[in-house]
Amino acid sequence: MSAVLFFLAAAGAITGAVGVVMLRNPFYSVLALVVHLISLAVLFLLLRAQFVAAVQVVVYAGAVMVLYVFVVAYVGDQDDSLGERLRGSGPVASGLRLGGALVGGALLVELLIALLGTGLVAIDHYGAPYSEAHPEPETFGTPGYIGRLLLTRFLLSFEIASFLLLIAAVGGVVLARRRGGIGEDEQRDVLTPLDLLRPLGTGTMREGIGRRES
Amino acid sequence: MTIGWYLAVSAIVFSLGAVGVITRRNPLVVLLCLELMLNGANLALIAFSRMWGNGDGQILALVVMTVAACEVCIGLGMIVAIYRKRLPVDVDELRELQG
Repeated sequence: MSAVLFFLAAAGAITGAVGVVMLRNPFYSVLALVVHLISLAVLFLLLRAQFVAAVQVVVYAGAVMVLYVFVVAYVGDQDDSLGERLRGSGPVASGLRLGGALVGGALLVELLIALLGTGLVAIDHYGAPYSEAHPEPETFGTPGYIGRLLLTRFLLSFEIASFLLLIAAVGGVVLARRRGGIGEDEQRDVLTPLDLLRPLGTGTMREGIGRRES
Repeated sequence: MTIGWYLAVSAIVFSLGAVGVITRRNPLVVLLCLELMLNGANLALIAFSRMWGNGDGQILALVVMTVAACEVCIGLGMIVAIYRKRLPVDVDELRELQG
């Protein structure tokens, strides 16, 4: 049963990945990535990582992909497909065809050698046996188990990750403002003490409604 | 299935993502292919976590997901900013940083 599920999920993951790379329309690429992510969540479940699988579906396939769909709808699909570029003629197309296939194939061979050709005996087994040193099968990978690890052994990485999220949120707000970047032509007619505290181009009503006063 | 099968799937997904990153020109699709590469790495991490029977790999996979979310946030913000400046949304055309 688990073997059947594995092959179904692996086929879904690889098909989704091929779809992301080859499809013409970026919107369809996003949908293929959703298929890929859900198949990967099934693989995570087979590896007893329940919490990570749930996070994968909710955060990745849910929130992040919605963000992608919004941006694709906003920017529009001005795209050239990989297939079209490969079918074309000229030095660019042939160089691309050769280079892409060469690099991808070399990388795949190298990764397979590195991963499967190691001296690790354990990759031919079904995973670690559960013993006293290791958690019980019922608790491995559950939210409680992950939460205890995050707040004890990996507290520092947890805090660093949260700080990184804060920085990214601030950066996203600065980048996607309506005026597009730090203002070129902002004039501060009357300087108040509050103006000195805020960075250039932020915090004004004009910025919020995107209108430039001349 | 043994752990080796999962590692093989992760290697295939990672290579496909790398091919996409170096051949596609739309920055949106380049970001999607970056997600593919990160997910391949995540699958390997979780397979190794199962192999050793402890949760360190799962924690690292969660951290990788956080980094991916940050990268999506900044990358999409940059694409929207590029689009607003009426610049071409194409990584071959955007070569002002090339010197």
